[in-house]
Amino acid sequence: MRRLELPAIAGVMSREVANFRTYWRGTTFSAVLEPLVYLLAFGLGLSATLVDEVNGVPYVQFVGTGMVATAVIFSSAIPAMFGTFVKHRFQNTYDAILAAPVDVEELVSAEMLWIGLRSGTYGCVPLLVTIAFGLDPAWGMLLVPLFCFVTALGFAGFGVAMAATVAKIDQFNYVTALFVTPLFLVAGTFFPIDGLPQGVQAVAQLNPLHQLVELVRGGAFGYELADLARFAFLVAFAATTWRVAIGRMQRRLID
Amino acid sequence: MAAIQLRGAVKRFGPITAVDGLDLEVPEGICLGLLGPNGAGKSTTMRLLTGQAIADEGELRVLGHELPGDAKAARAEMGVVPQLDNLDVDVTVEDNLAIFARLYRVPDVGAAVDKALDLARLRQRRRDAVDELSGGMRRRLLLARGLIHEPKLILLDEPTVGLDPQIRTQLWTLIDDLRSRGTTILMSTHYIEEAERLADEVAVMNAGRVIARATPAELIAAHAGARTAEVYGPPERLTEVRAIAEEQGLPVRPAGPAIAIVGAERAADGAVPADAVVRAASLEDVFVLLTGEEAE
Repeated sequence: MRRLELPAIAGVMSREVANFRTYWRGTTFSAVLEPLVYLLAFGLGLSATLVDEVNGVPYVQFVGTGMVATAVIFSSAIPAMFGTFVKHRFQNTYDAILAAPVDVEELVSAEMLWIGLRSGTYGCVPLLVTIAFGLDPAWGMLLVPLFCFVTALGFAGFGVAMAATVAKIDQFNYVTALFVTPLFLVAGTFFPIDGLPQGVQAVAQLNPLHQLVELVRGGAFGYELADLARFAFLVAFAATTWRVAIGRMQRRLID
Repeated sequence: MAAIQLRGAVKRFGPITAVDGLDLEVPEGICLGLLGPNGAGKSTTMRLLTGQAIADEGELRVLGHELPGDAKAARAEMGVVPQLDNLDVDVTVEDNLAIFARLYRVPDVGAAVDKALDLARLRQRRRDAVDELSGGMRRRLLLARGLIHEPKLILLDEPTVGLDPQIRTQLWTLIDDLRSRGTTILMSTHYIEEAERLADEVAVMNAGRVIARATPAELIAAHAGARTAEVYGPPERLTEVRAIAEEQGLPVRPAGPAIAIVGAERAADGAVPADAVVRAASLEDVFVLLTGEEAE
């Protein structure tokens, strides 16, 4: 049988959809409420007291467009880490799936695709909320779901790889503290990174979330040529974590 | 053609050799019981057959497919019923079945689900979430899920472990029905009664290899003779009786509070006390003699 068969990937995703139907309300509620809270707290709060605008963009809109990246990482990396770990260790779901004609590559690909689609959708919510707060809609925004999807794929791969690496679920605290939080804070969501020291700026260029933030702002305020390179970077990030996640899961699931 | 062929299969986990030069051939259309104590290598053997474990040495062939290279094609033609319940508990009964019908590329998912619901006798509960089902219903659903694509071969890994006797009997009826329809079954178990009741042949595993294999009746005749005498009493008396029996070359095994003198028909005068309970030799006698483990 061939590798990466569509029916196998669709079958695994159908399992995710069947489960999602049982918990979508809570997930969607938090996906909508969280950016709203952040926008109210940071966008309106800070713009009323400390910051009026950044690089000519009203601060609410600056934060709102940046919040897309925050929504993406928290709806991709975190569910990928915890979901994968729970399905493997506690629910034995992967044992059941791998007893069917599905291999690890298809399993991981399906999990990443599902998270990518879901997170790509949730990632657009902050943008819609920001539009409600006065951001003018632009044709360039139509590409934002694609940017979110590709970035979410990358972080889903990262989460799956981490889940296949840690020995205990509480070790995700290290992953969150060492990777997720710094990436989230140095993405240019709340402040422009060009005010940071040169070294930090250089490192931030390697942060997929920063590239996503720039692409979303490109969609809202006008693209530039460098955005092609940003998108290529995100594609490379997703491709890399995909292969790493497959390798780690292969070692974890196959004795 | 044999449904399963293993030659010299070895699987090591660090310093532990779980499967140690295992030779096993399962002809089509039979139910082979893999009987062995915990840690005998039964579950590892099952994982080798699905490609979820890769053998360090040996040749493995399932339904004509060489493993591990062709494991995916082999899995498409076999069904697996795991030891642990891994159903999606928040999802409905019918969705659990439909998901696996899709994974197995069943052309008519709806018809396959209906058939599986009938098999598991869960048609009335099809829209209920799995966590609303009883333990017996969940086990029947697991079995039906493994059969959703009408496989040629089914692997049952400890299918009734932890179930109460009534539910166990229900499942035995389902498995017996499969056997009578010609499905090849490899069933690991550490329940003697289960092997005796369902298996055409029994392979006794210990320390990662098959140490005896035949029909239950042949195994009993070859290793336990015709009759077994169970002797009850205080420890000192049992020690004395054991010594006399062993002097005559009769195997003696512990049997709960008693000792069992196996092959009692060969005992000379005095070896079997008059108050001993003499019964037909059983597969349990064979199991304990061969593995040195207490049977369940």
